[in-house]
Amino acid sequence: MMFGRSRLGGVLAYLAAAFLLLPLAAVIPVSFTAKRFLSMPNGEWSLRHYRSLFEDGAWLSSIGTSVSIALMSSVLATALAIMFGLGLWLGRPRVGAFLVGFALLPMVVPPVTSAIILYFLLARLGLLDTIPGLVIGHAIMTMPFAVVAMLSAFAKLDRGLDMAARNLGASTGQSIFLVVLPNLKTGTLSAWFLTFMLSWEETTVTLFTSGVEVITLPKRIWDNLRLNVDPVIAAISVVMVVLTTVVIITRALARHRLSPSG
Amino acid sequence: MAGASRNGNGGLGTRALLWTLPVLLLTLYVVPFAGVISWSVTQPEVGFGQYWRILSGGDMTNVFLRTLRIAVVSTAITILVGFCLSYYWVMGSRLRQTILEVCIFIPFWISVLVRAFGWLIILRDNGLANGFLMATRLISEPLGTGRNEFAVIVGMVHFMVPFSVFPMATVMRKIDRRILLAAHGLGADPATVFRKIFLPLSMPGVFAAFVMVLVFSVGFFVTPAILGGGRVVMVAEAVFVQMFQTTNWGLGAAMSVVLLVLIGAIVGLAYRLLGLRSFVG
Repeated sequence: MMFGRSRLGGVLAYLAAAFLLLPLAAVIPVSFTAKRFLSMPNGEWSLRHYRSLFEDGAWLSSIGTSVSIALMSSVLATALAIMFGLGLWLGRPRVGAFLVGFALLPMVVPPVTSAIILYFLLARLGLLDTIPGLVIGHAIMTMPFAVVAMLSAFAKLDRGLDMAARNLGASTGQSIFLVVLPNLKTGTLSAWFLTFMLSWEETTVTLFTSGVEVITLPKRIWDNLRLNVDPVIAAISVVMVVLTTVVIITRALARHRLSPSG
Repeated sequence: MAGASRNGNGGLGTRALLWTLPVLLLTLYVVPFAGVISWSVTQPEVGFGQYWRILSGGDMTNVFLRTLRIAVVSTAITILVGFCLSYYWVMGSRLRQTILEVCIFIPFWISVLVRAFGWLIILRDNGLANGFLMATRLISEPLGTGRNEFAVIVGMVHFMVPFSVFPMATVMRKIDRRILLAAHGLGADPATVFRKIFLPLSMPGVFAAFVMVLVFSVGFFVTPAILGGGRVVMVAEAVFVQMFQTTNWGLGAAMSVVLLVLIGAIVGLAYRLLGLRSFVG
């Protein structure tokens, strides 16, 4: 008896999968159009939009802005999450569950409410439309995801490690830096990567708190989609889709080969 | 050892580590939220006028009702599509599992803007969908698929499906296959095993996914704003318009507070009715 082998159900699942990939495939032909507006390449294929992506300073500088904000805010969010996780793990405070719930607030609150809150904050601090302002905003928005990733890493960590290190004469600091943190490498890396990606594509808070002096890539794409759609967006989309697809297929193939057949 | 006990559990250093993040969040997030609430009752004049405008049945009430309607419809579709995908991701043959996993994860990692853009290309009036249907002579006039609720729901469902798969698949993975085999051994055909055993056992995952997707959809901003083209305004976009186009900060702030209360009510209700401890925890 095999489950999950029904022909009709399988067809439905593949239809659902095709639905997921359809809009990503749709951007590919449009990116090769020779025209200056959004259209299918009618027999005439061109790389002009890819060229302008790399030659137009505005797009490049937005990519640079997005990458640097994502780098800074993800390091900040991950560092805060590590400190918080360490405090919980070492101290085992009675208010721990409450504090975790509190730390996850920006993930549960609707993004647009967070965006107004951060608009209010940054206006008061005089940091609207600045890179430090966006770094603060993105760090707050992405921090809960880093906390989730770090807490699941801490949950898998053996308490015996810390005790053994202390029994052997290590101070708390030595135990943290030489024993605990090196054992959290994978969790830290996934927390950092997740917060980096979330900041890289963050749109709601960015639209509320910047847009004249500091223009991130999502903000530039947003403006283009709302005003007149430049096919350069299709070229950017294709680049992102191809990069993501390569990474995910490589990973899936590696796992498919590693797992025992069955 | 003396040093360890002094700096150890509950020491000053540990407490500093523990409290840095909550204190920062309190000052940079909770305190400004009090500021937003004060905007909602003082801008442009002191009082609850803005809240009255939202609740009194006028244009702003309609925005909230439209948002709830679109959110419920797209959540229901998302759960159906997501369930189908989760089932074959967990129970299918190994090849099916790998193919479906790739198809679920690729859109998951791609920016919401790119995904909305893809649907814009397909659904706008001179887009791929109408072009294809007219070329195959299935229709003679373009269908109005762009800038309406249909487009918004398609885009939202597309965004949510990968998110809905994770809680459902997690629960399905924990279902003991031997129970299914036992039911089959006792004479139940596959459809009965699915209906009487698999489906009830996977319900906790379905409920968790439902609440999560509903909460997401009610606060959705980017996809409705792009695919609705200003004609299908949901709450989040209305807040943006109030803040930056009509500059009625009080109304924008009040709407964002009501939205938060609405989402709190949904989560609280789910917690009470369904006992979704796994969802909150």
